[in-house]
Amino acid sequence: MARIALRELCGYRAGDKGDIANVALFADDQDVYEVIVREVTVERVRAHFGAMVKGRVDRYEAANVRALNFVLHDALGGGGPRSLRADALGKTLGGALVRMEIDVPDSMAGRRRARPDVGWADDILRG
Amino acid sequence: MTVRIAGGQGFYGDTPRAVAGLLEDGVDYLCLEALAELTLAILQKDRQRDESLGYTRDLPFYMGAALPAVVDGRTKVITNAGGINPPAAARAAVETARALGLSGFKIATVLGDDLMPHLDDLRAAGVSLDNIDTGQPWDQLPDAPRFAAAYLGAAPIVEALAQGADVVITGRVADASLFLAPLIYEHGWAVPSDPASLDADDWDRLAAGIVVGHLLECSGQTAGGNYSGDWWALPRPWDLPYPIAEVDADGTAVITKPASSGGRVSFDTVRHQLLYEVHDPANYLSPDVVADFTSPTFEDLGDDRVRVRGVRGKPATDTYKGLVAYHAGWSGEVRAAFSWPDAREKATAAAAILRKRVEMAGIDVDEWHVEYWGVNALGGDTVPADPACEPPECVVRVAWRCSDAESAGRVGRELVPMSLSAPPPGFTGMGRAGGSGKPTELLGIWPTLVDRHLVDAHVRVVVEEV
Repeated sequence: MARIALRELCGYRAGDKGDIANVALFADDQDVYEVIVREVTVERVRAHFGAMVKGRVDRYEAANVRALNFVLHDALGGGGPRSLRADALGKTLGGALVRMEIDVPDSMAGRRRARPDVGWADDILRG
Repeated sequence: MTVRIAGGQGFYGDTPRAVAGLLEDGVDYLCLEALAELTLAILQKDRQRDESLGYTRDLPFYMGAALPAVVDGRTKVITNAGGINPPAAARAAVETARALGLSGFKIATVLGDDLMPHLDDLRAAGVSLDNIDTGQPWDQLPDAPRFAAAYLGAAPIVEALAQGADVVITGRVADASLFLAPLIYEHGWAVPSDPASLDADDWDRLAAGIVVGHLLECSGQTAGGNYSGDWWALPRPWDLPYPIAEVDADGTAVITKPASSGGRVSFDTVRHQLLYEVHDPANYLSPDVVADFTSPTFEDLGDDRVRVRGVRGKPATDTYKGLVAYHAGWSGEVRAAFSWPDAREKATAAAAILRKRVEMAGIDVDEWHVEYWGVNALGGDTVPADPACEPPECVVRVAWRCSDAESAGRVGRELVPMSLSAPPPGFTGMGRAGGSGKPTELLGIWPTLVDRHLVDAHVRVVVEEV
């Protein structure tokens, strides 16, 4: 077994409905999907977010797109039009979730997602 | 027959410049999704100031871009830009047409999503209006309702199209239903207004239309926008992609985009959108059908084309979602920046000193919120506490809530003298607005359920010749 951050294994997107946020995790392949189904439990996600999520955490599986969907209740300071949070819509909660480290088989230990190359952006900004 | 529909707008604030590229590519329907919970709150504040407002005010720009093609018979427009005042939106659209000298088309307005005139009747009819998220009963609504809207389905839009409408303007129609409506109309699918008469295939087709709508409703988000894959490698990232669906009569659809735009449509970009703002993906509740988002297969055909097929659906529930908003106080915020060394400690001290000074000034604050940008403002408790890692700089953002606007405005002014007289060195105000502390009204959101038949009784479609 090895320990690795979810950022090396999954994509993510987060959204809001009222004071409820959802974060979807998209496994890079079927092997990863089976690992996250086993490892990324409701209990671990609740512990990971700590005080950020005051209510219940629900988990749903979408095997057709190799995804897990986490629904975080009472997580946005009262919801968009009421919240004092700068990220009132929870847009950044996906990035926060993939910081979590999980146990993976040794065969996955060396996984590393590509890192951004924004040379084109540097070119633009240099004018 | 294949119907081409486009997602030309994903929110109030999107760019009308997307319309030209979609029309050039050729779309039978241009659907413009303009509303969100936050948007309704913004529109409510507009309408409080001016009775003639309450719709998304970029509508004339969208109309200006689309109406020439509408008049030529090349496309039709469906939008929920009417917000909480669809008649005013329709007037604005008509004025735009007149200003451009365009005529010879029909514009329809869908009314009846506004629940404000009916709240007492609904209660009398046995609708609890309880909060479905918190379970709170209606009599605990913290303040008088400011707006109340039901999420209508596709049926009134289908009716408008059947009456020959070329432009359909609605209020709070559910996002995905805007896209389902033209599919029902063009393909002759069953209209979900009479659920008892539908069979299993009907529900599957409606669910397929809802999946298509869900994939298109957030504009670029299905084509590489807000994308956690290799976002830096997407073509022409400054030329934002707006999606198109080619939908067959059996509900099979290909999601794609104009070749001229940037972005990418792939299995990965499409699945990112599939679960956006979704709770239980096997039971996605829409006003028209309960769609199973775990049922379809997604086939990446290459060349920015992804085929979606096999969507399963179940009968719609007998309720619509309703959204009630209430006044929830006044807020303000300030920011200040501190540099290394000890940036985080300086920021913490500044927030605490502000709080103490507000207390000394006798201002009542109901809620404080402190964020440390550059440290854990976004990551919160998921950021590991590492004392060895000292941030090179830190911005502290302090937000507050008061029961009245005057108090909320006074809080921010307590920050300004701190730039010279508070102990943490290097206090840096954040730009011109950073220290203004201008109060903003907060609105609380109260989601509820309403019997669909009680709502449908008030739904009307008004068609006008321009």
